[in-house]
Amino acid sequence: MTLLIQYTLLFASVLMLVALGGCFSEHSGVINIGLEGIMVFGALGGALALRYLPDGSAAVIVILASVLAAMAAGILYSMLLAVAAINFKADQTLVGTAMNLMGVAAATVLVKALNTAENPNNPSATIAYGSARKSFLIAEGMEFSWLTLLAVVLLVLAWFVLYKTKFGLRLQSCGEHPQAAASVGISVYKMRYAGVMISGALGGLGGLVYITAAVSEWKFENGVAGFGFLALAVMIFGAWKPFRIALAALLFGLFRSLSNVYTGFPFLEQLNLPGTVYNMMPYIISLIVLILFSKNSAAPKAEGIPYDQGSR
Amino acid sequence: MENRKVSRPSILRIPAVQTVIASLLCVLAGLLIGFIVLLLINPGGATEAMGTIISNFMSFKKAAKQISNFGNTLVKTVPLLMCSLSVLFSYKVGLFNIGAAGQYVAGIGVGLFFAHGLNAPWWICMIMAMLAGAALGAISGLLKATRNVNEVISGIMLNWICLYLVNMLLAPYMDIKMNETFALKVTHPAAVIPESPLFGSLLNGHKYTTIAVELAILIAVGIWILMTKTKLGYELRATGLNKYAARYSGMRDGFNIILTMAISGGLAGLGASMFYLTDMIKWPMAVTSVPAMGFNGIAAAFLGGLHPLGAIFSSFFIQHITDGGSFMEKIYPSEIAGFISAIIIYMCAFVLLIKQQLGKARMRRVTEKKGGEAK
Repeated sequence: MTLLIQYTLLFASVLMLVALGGCFSEHSGVINIGLEGIMVFGALGGALALRYLPDGSAAVIVILASVLAAMAAGILYSMLLAVAAINFKADQTLVGTAMNLMGVAAATVLVKALNTAENPNNPSATIAYGSARKSFLIAEGMEFSWLTLLAVVLLVLAWFVLYKTKFGLRLQSCGEHPQAAASVGISVYKMRYAGVMISGALGGLGGLVYITAAVSEWKFENGVAGFGFLALAVMIFGAWKPFRIALAALLFGLFRSLSNVYTGFPFLEQLNLPGTVYNMMPYIISLIVLILFSKNSAAPKAEGIPYDQGSR
Repeated sequence: MENRKVSRPSILRIPAVQTVIASLLCVLAGLLIGFIVLLLINPGGATEAMGTIISNFMSFKKAAKQISNFGNTLVKTVPLLMCSLSVLFSYKVGLFNIGAAGQYVAGIGVGLFFAHGLNAPWWICMIMAMLAGAALGAISGLLKATRNVNEVISGIMLNWICLYLVNMLLAPYMDIKMNETFALKVTHPAAVIPESPLFGSLLNGHKYTTIAVELAILIAVGIWILMTKTKLGYELRATGLNKYAARYSGMRDGFNIILTMAISGGLAGLGASMFYLTDMIKWPMAVTSVPAMGFNGIAAAFLGGLHPLGAIFSSFFIQHITDGGSFMEKIYPSEIAGFISAIIIYMCAFVLLIKQQLGKARMRRVTEKKGGEAK
């Protein structure tokens, strides 16, 4: 049971962070299919920070450095989407797909290059951060991470920014009707950049939380196993609203962890469902939600449409 | 004066030429960035490594090795071409079939299930794989037409649902020693697609070159004819351009969307069977991520200028550099090839812009030459 709660909280915080990222991007009017790639890059940034920090650094410094590195890497990578989608009016789905493919490939190439440069006999794409990871744990022996707490703080912050600040409301107006926003003097380009960059920061952080969740090393050729796409599902199920996203993340996190630990529950084992069924559930649920509620969808009206000053 | 202008149109004005130039620029950018990365990793052998990527099978000295590796690339090009046809067909109708990846997986699952589970001959397996992909595509189309669900989102969800379903479906046919499905040639030789009469003899009886190669090329031509020369193709493209206008002129826009997605899905599903029924590749146990073939199909489709015949060349090229990447010296990670093709897709997003610029540059030259007279 504790194992289930641990896993659920872990997966939920990852999904929530990334989905909140997607939420900011979409509210500004840019569809971010590339979340998976952003997560990989954030994970890479964080893992590199963990690896190159001197041994025995204070826990606070380890956490701060890796979180900032992950966010910075995510922001940097999300600029690929921002430039293409906002300045060059490129097809956002196409760019996102390219980013997902590039994320895994580029991270693998980079880590392999670093590993072979250090030791020619080690052509693996694995980064180990065993000792540094302990800094994330709130108490020894308890698999509860400071990062989960950080995720909750960021959730409240995201809600506050989106609904209670001038910036958040302006951001949302750019996703609903950019021309109207522009007519009252809001710079749609700047707002969309901000939206995509925030999604980069949150997505990158989500990547770091994911890889440091339960293991002490990460094979980068595996990417992040579809968590970026699952986060998209969370965002849709959460109707693009922060607190609903948090609940959706908890639910989907629960399913994801059930697939790992369902054998520990007698009544679930009696159902005799393969673990893959639990893996499938989040996607099936999102699809059903889409079918039921798409006609009056809560999605930002102008998402995915490049902003063109000339059109009205 | 007027006549002279018409009789000598700039070669840059021809859309096909613009497309080719734009695609070549994308390739060039991808290769250049890949080369820079190779230089950063180890400047010593970077030129040679790049040469290996570009020349692929030609980097081998022995003729036999060259031929067998050319055959390998050819066999792997088939599914890529089918996926790119799938993507470009739906894109021409205004639908982004990111679900091709899942339809491809469905094709693998059903194709192999009919082979392993029901002892079906190869052609039944292929038809069933195609139907599976088509059914999946039709679901996306149906959701789009009736419930207004974005096909990209439903495609992504279905990709993952399919992946897990296929893992379950093929679980009974696993060779425990190899951690993948049994070799068809050993257990069900009747399910293996027959050898290609043309390429088989050309490639010294290459083990995996089947009639799938010829079939894929025929299908590409068929799709081109369907899209440009038939009433159905015209209707589909009209629906893609403006579904309200299409409905106004009496076309069934909803039905057309479903049909498009079904054809598109069928292509991806069939493509999967055309690869997996050669026995060159097996489905591994408990796969955790959607195979990239469908996504690479997006790359090939856009690189080929969204033209079925262009897709033949672009798919071969992408597969060519991917295989070339695996022959590099071991100090260079083979994933660099995947990185290069990802850059190429990213650059393809700018193709429209490049084309516009080509058009504009030409226009500017014309107006400059003519001065005030142009108006």
